[in-house]
Amino acid sequence: MNMAAHECLLQLHDEHFKLEDYQSGVPRWCTGCGDNAILAAVQRLCRDEGLRPEKTVFVSGIGCSSRFPHYMKTYGFHGIHGRALPIAEGVRLARPDLHVFVNTGDGDCCSIGAAHWIHAIRYNMNLTVFLHDNQIYGLTKKQASPTSPRGTKSNTTPRGSYLEALNPLTVTLGVQNVSFVAQAADWIPEALFDIVKAAYHHKGLSFVRIIQRCPEWLPDAFDPWMHDPKRILMLTHDNGIKVSSGLAGVYTNQEQHDPSNMNRAREIASCIDPIPVGVLYRNEDVPCYEDLRRSKVLRTTEYVKAGLEGEFDKVTVWPDDTEGQQAA
Amino acid sequence: MNNTIALQPPKQSVTKQRSPAREKPVTTLKEHIIEIISDSGEGAQRCGQSLGSIAAKMGNGIWTVEIIPAEIRPPARSVAGASGNRIRIGSGYITNGGDETDLVVAFNEQVLLGRVRDKALKPGCIIMLESMWRENSDPAVVRSYVETHDMLVAAGYKVYEIPMEKECRALVTDARRGKNMFALGMICSLYSLDLKLAREQIALTFGKKNQSVIDQNIMLLDAGFKWGEANLDFKYRIPAVRSKVPQIVVNGNTAIALGVLASGMEICAMYPITPATSASHYLSDVFEKVGGVVHQAEDEISACAFAVGASYAGKCTVTITSGPGYSLKQEGIGLAVMGEIPLVVVNVQRGGPSTGQPTKAEQGDLLTAMFGSHGDAPKVVIAPSTIEDCFYSIITARKIAETFNMVVVVLSDAGLATSQQPFPRPVFNESWIAPPIDQTAIPPGSKPYDWDATTGLARRFIPGQPNGMHTLTGLAHDRSSHVAYDAESNEEAIHHRSLKLAALQKTLKAPPVFGGDDGDMLIVGWGSTKGAIEEAVEGLRAEGLKVSSMHLRFLQPLPPGIKEAMQRFKKVITIESNWSDRPEDEIIDETNRRYSALAMLLRARYLVDVDCWSDVRGEPIKPSTIRRVITEKLKK
Repeated sequence: MNMAAHECLLQLHDEHFKLEDYQSGVPRWCTGCGDNAILAAVQRLCRDEGLRPEKTVFVSGIGCSSRFPHYMKTYGFHGIHGRALPIAEGVRLARPDLHVFVNTGDGDCCSIGAAHWIHAIRYNMNLTVFLHDNQIYGLTKKQASPTSPRGTKSNTTPRGSYLEALNPLTVTLGVQNVSFVAQAADWIPEALFDIVKAAYHHKGLSFVRIIQRCPEWLPDAFDPWMHDPKRILMLTHDNGIKVSSGLAGVYTNQEQHDPSNMNRAREIASCIDPIPVGVLYRNEDVPCYEDLRRSKVLRTTEYVKAGLEGEFDKVTVWPDDTEGQQAA
Repeated sequence: MNNTIALQPPKQSVTKQRSPAREKPVTTLKEHIIEIISDSGEGAQRCGQSLGSIAAKMGNGIWTVEIIPAEIRPPARSVAGASGNRIRIGSGYITNGGDETDLVVAFNEQVLLGRVRDKALKPGCIIMLESMWRENSDPAVVRSYVETHDMLVAAGYKVYEIPMEKECRALVTDARRGKNMFALGMICSLYSLDLKLAREQIALTFGKKNQSVIDQNIMLLDAGFKWGEANLDFKYRIPAVRSKVPQIVVNGNTAIALGVLASGMEICAMYPITPATSASHYLSDVFEKVGGVVHQAEDEISACAFAVGASYAGKCTVTITSGPGYSLKQEGIGLAVMGEIPLVVVNVQRGGPSTGQPTKAEQGDLLTAMFGSHGDAPKVVIAPSTIEDCFYSIITARKIAETFNMVVVVLSDAGLATSQQPFPRPVFNESWIAPPIDQTAIPPGSKPYDWDATTGLARRFIPGQPNGMHTLTGLAHDRSSHVAYDAESNEEAIHHRSLKLAALQKTLKAPPVFGGDDGDMLIVGWGSTKGAIEEAVEGLRAEGLKVSSMHLRFLQPLPPGIKEAMQRFKKVITIESNWSDRPEDEIIDETNRRYSALAMLLRARYLVDVDCWSDVRGEPIKPSTIRRVITEKLKK
């Protein structure tokens, strides 16, 4: 298809995407599963931001939430258990032109992939990471996860889980180079969308823990918080998210929190009840690993050849004495 | 100097000539094996490497082998602490480390003792031993030295006591730093090597340091050379023929790294592990000059996952590791197989299982490489057999990986990793370089796994390609990459992934037979044993035995023509550095004997009665050992 330059520009300008451009298939998550709310927020983000589907990649591990990429009409990489982050890091290093998102569950990220989580924070690559935290293993049918509250009855802890839950927010905020940490809850879609959007716009690794309900295995886990909006601490700030008047009317327990304040962010992160929702920490100045590592030069064949020949020169024995001296 | 024996040339002289200048007898040798050993940190390795480079520059054939203690700093003067280098220098092309050592320079008697116990030295071998221990303040050290010295003399070794420390201390305050260069000078004198080339080599070796370091080392080199000229009354010469083409002198790991550079790959993801790491060290130093990145991941698993992710979205990548790391990568490798993502995995094998022998050579990972991961996970396995092959194998691996969208495992080993051997300087070829990432649009209606019915091949869909949006998954999937658990789809996918190996096999040539086309015995080998096997075959054939060999570079798929070659010989045997049960053991018989990896493969595939001989001694197999084994086997 040939077209004039102005037509191209016009087309670019006119190009806008609809939600359907990002929707693929019918999600097979349970009715009431928090993953549905996250999918809706992310599809809306893609549409609003006009992300080109072919330039967008969702990388996931294994678990209910890791089915996420299958329901996006973008590129997707449904990987192996725990390794979503290193796979996404590879994608990011190879391709700075792509938008890369990561969907990972509490088992995927905080248990089998915990080492990668810590190091991903430290690499601070430009990735938008969603921790779908339902505090339980769903796909393998109800086992305790590291984020299950102590006492959670599951198939592997029939008399209740023994350990205190791991807190993904404090862990993340404890890692050197952390640059963006936020928390959302699936039952507050407006705030969820605003947080997802803020995460997308952050350059660096944005880590969003999304507290989500599992209607199948822990149906009542968040009822006390859902039924009592006062048990949500809304974090608002010009540098974080702003709460609409409608939302503010419901969630009256609010705090003006400056996301550049790490000490306060860590205090808020430690708070389990009320549940904080909003941007806890943001620092745009942390360098991204890919920016530190990727070559700035265009890698032509000639360029590679010159580098290779230079290395050969150092270790070459020339047949002729005069050249041999040059090489040495 | 306390000379125990008269300084005289050893008896093995080939021809003798008088050096006009000094009236010293010069013995012309076809080849010699020289060892320089010391405590860790005393520089024997650097001395040996420099010696190898100088000899190579003179035009000699060389093969160097590092002698590495397993610990970074074993206790000083310990039997297990020998650190150094072993250099086989010859008039002609040298293909392997050879047999026992002819001459050894030792900085103390304990590390020497370790080598004697390892049976590394030839009977009657010349020993040049640092003499300072005779006057040590600790009587125990003196006793140990004298006892060892006397024992070695009694055992028939020709021991020369050399006052290296004393001579060096006259020139520098810390003789520990620099004695190695004195030794190098002495060896240069002993082997009539060009002192000018040696000086240049030092300048190159210490090129990153300041001029005073270079000057001091050259001063010590000159002193050693002068001392040798004045005090040793014998001299060797190994005639050299300078190659007519430029040659490069590197070890196997550097060759692998150069291969990565030349292949056009841009990302190497790795985690430190011996003996693979030096390849990544070299890459870290030079890769970025050509726009590459070495990513040191947090572990082996993430190194593999990172490489898989980068390959998926871009050009083929490489991950470099060794046995234990290779095990950890298995799940990621399976993902690449399932998703049909090109990937090059280098496994520099070491002694196993578990942590095993990190610095020692073994060929124990062949079956793991072929059958690793879980389920049906076909991947390509190639094994370089020379240093040159280490370079080209990576280029080949990248190309196969991207052509067939497969995982290609390159099996090197600790022997190749640290050995140096000159080979013709590669002439750059544009086709080595990976093509740019394909970002053309996918034609409407195409599917991400449109497997060709004959070859199993399908176009790889890469992010950025319009119309190609799909989710790659490690789950069973159909042609559209949709998760599919139905019987038909699963079988179709496994079928086509398997066909790719056959398609590759159809492009391979039959491996050549070395020696004669038929005869009494065919030795089959793979990987680093090639030089030793072929040298043994030459020797056996010179004795009139009808023995030939065949060396396999492709292990999966096996190339055509192997069965036909095997059938032309009365017996077939593999020689490998891995475990095989010994038929002479009381409870071993044909119903329970575990064969070496390649023997097992050949038996299973070709229904030919292939015997095997192997050892797991952690050292490259010697040509003389192979000759002995084959001679015995032929008698049976």
